[in-house]
This record gives sequence, structure tokens and C-alpha cells, in this order.
Amino acid sequence: MPHIHLPEGIPGILGPMAFSPQTAAPLNALAEVLLRAPNSLTQGEREMIATYVSSQNDCFFCQTVHGAAAAYYLGGKETLIDELKRDFESALVSDKLKALLAIAGKVQLGGKQVTAADVERARKHGATDKEIHDTVLIAAAFCMFNRYVDGLATWAPREPQRYRESGRRIAEEGYIHSTDHLPKVAS
Amino acid sequence: MAHINLPEGVPGIRGPMLISPETTKPLRDFVEVLLRGPNSLAPAEREMIATYVSSQNDCYYCQHSHGAAAAEHLGGNYELIDQLKRDYASAPVSDKLKALLGIAGKVQQGGKQVTPEDVQRARAQGASDKEIHDTVLIAAAFCMFNRYVDGLATWQPHDAEMYREMGKRLASSGYTVPGWEKPVQKAQGQ
Repeated sequence: MPHIHLPEGIPGILGPMAFSPQTAAPLNALAEVLLRAPNSLTQGEREMIATYVSSQNDCFFCQTVHGAAAAYYLGGKETLIDELKRDFESALVSDKLKALLAIAGKVQLGGKQVTAADVERARKHGATDKEIHDTVLIAAAFCMFNRYVDGLATWAPREPQRYRESGRRIAEEGYIHSTDHLPKVAS
Repeated sequence: MAHINLPEGVPGIRGPMLISPETTKPLRDFVEVLLRGPNSLAPAEREMIATYVSSQNDCYYCQHSHGAAAAEHLGGNYELIDQLKRDYASAPVSDKLKALLGIAGKVQQGGKQVTPEDVQRARAQGASDKEIHDTVLIAAAFCMFNRYVDGLATWQPHDAEMYREMGKRLASSGYTVPGWEKPVQKAQGQ
């Protein structure tokens, strides 16, 4: 049961977002620019970073919904997402993305864990300053989103098909209007 | 030295914010509503939660800038902020704020660390659902901001006067007014 009174049957972060629309608006704007706006990192790569960090934070809702968005962008490769969460170093992704995932993993542990050697490795595989910046901010943002979702003990459905549907909706429609279809709740 | 090329003489989060205006806009809008929007928790209380979490995350820039904002909201009570970071349970703040700081400290460790007992304790001291929600989100947000600041190894001068000026400005004008992007004078020896 959630720690506070949230509307029934609304999964994960959407419950507290419906409860608090004034904070939901900038949070959705942040997710949109971080994960979907034009960027030299593809939408699939950025969702993979979000998924990996959420998995390291053991947040079921976030890792499953963002994993589904990543898989959708990649034409349905759900097994790649599973591999990535298990051991990204042996997954079939670019060396640049592996180096960025390593930075993201350090950010998840704590900002000070990122070393000059981690950054050097990413640069060696062609990562730009902007890509390193965006990786750090995506990883940091999911340390927030994951805590928001789990810190309020929100409800998360278990059926994979629901997440596939959410992943498709994220990829096709984005984050800005993610709570528009939900009932408005006075907080 | 920062991990990426950032503008000289711009401290803490302001450096990365300058090179990424498209993410800065929602981040600033977010922190403004979170820490200064209409709320039954005073801006000082919300800045204290932000300061405590930043201190637990060992982020020098965030704990000093938000600590200064909290102190300036309280008429310059820097001593209270130091006490709060050292041991909030013995600091002269309300039992409700202590219970909320208890929740914030759990969120800092991980979302799943928050227990029904932590929430019950806050409720027993009069905390509303919205105050509990906002505490969780403030604590979570500073787990982001702290990682953004330290994950890029930004410049974080040890300059009490600079943070005092920043605190005054944040307390009076907030997070979305222009002017934050200006470089500061580097402290001697930096």
C-alpha cells in the first residue's frame, strides 16, 4: 500500500504525479528533453541508460517501463534490455554506450564515484562532453525518479503487456502529456 | 578539474546549467515550485530538508548554498543549520520537521528504506499527505542535484561569503530570475 493516499489503479510515478501536478509539469518536461529531444545519443540509448540505473536502484516500475520504451525504439529487442541489466559489458551494444553505462553506474553509487579514468574511457570511444553531461544527468535524474516511486511505495502492475503498451506510448507520444488521461486529484 | 569543459569561475551546478540550457529550464522551474511554491511547509523548512540530504550525500556546494538559503530565510541563523547537519534530532526544530527529516534521510539511502513507521511518526506529529509527498520528492530531487554537481566534478569553492551572498539571493529572489549565470570572483587561493 502506498505511504500516502494516491488514486487507485494508477501505476508507478503516475500516481504521485496526478497527486502533485505542479511538480509533475517540470518533471515531465525534464524527462522529455533528457530522453526524447534531438541528441547525438539516440532515444533508445538514453532509455537504456535510464533502465540500467533504475535496475541498479532496484526500482521495478522504472526499469520495466523505461526498458519497454528502449525495446520499442530498438524494434522490440527485449532480450537485449535483459542482457544489459544483467551485464552490460557483455551485451551487444557499442563500446561508447558501455563506457557511458559505466559512468551512469558510478553516478548511481554517488557523484564522487565518477573518476577521470571513467570519463577518459568514454572519450576514447568517441563520447563528447555533451554526451557525458547528458549521461550524468540522466543517471542522476533516475536516482530521483526511482526514489520518488519507491519512497512513496507506489503500486506497480506486474503484467509485461501493460509495460509494452506504456513503452510504445512513451516512444510515440512522449512524456509531456503522460498524466493528461488521469483523474485530477486535489492534493 | 571538472570532468567536462565548463565555464571558468562559475561554481557548482551553475557550470553544467550554463552549457545545457534546455535541461536547465525544467530543472529551475522544478526547484522553484519544490522549494518556494505555495506550501504548508515554509521555504526555510524545505531548504533545511534539501540541505540535510545534500550533507548526507557529502555534496559541498549544495549543502552550503541551500544551507545559506535556509539560514537567510531564518534571519541569518547559520548555527541552526550546522546543528541540523550534525544531529537534527537534538536541533531546536519542530518534532514534525524532525520526523520529515527522518523520512528524507531514508530516501537518501534508497526509496525502499522508507517504512510505514517513518510515515506514521510524521503523521503523528501532524504531517499531511502533501507534506510527506513533498519531503520524499525534495529528498529524491537532491539525490539528483548532488549527483549532477559531483558527478561532473564541478568547481566548488570553499568561500563562506560567496555562499552567504547566494543564500540571500535565493531566499529573496528564488531560482528562476536571471543573474544566476554570472561568474563569481574566485576566492583567494582557488
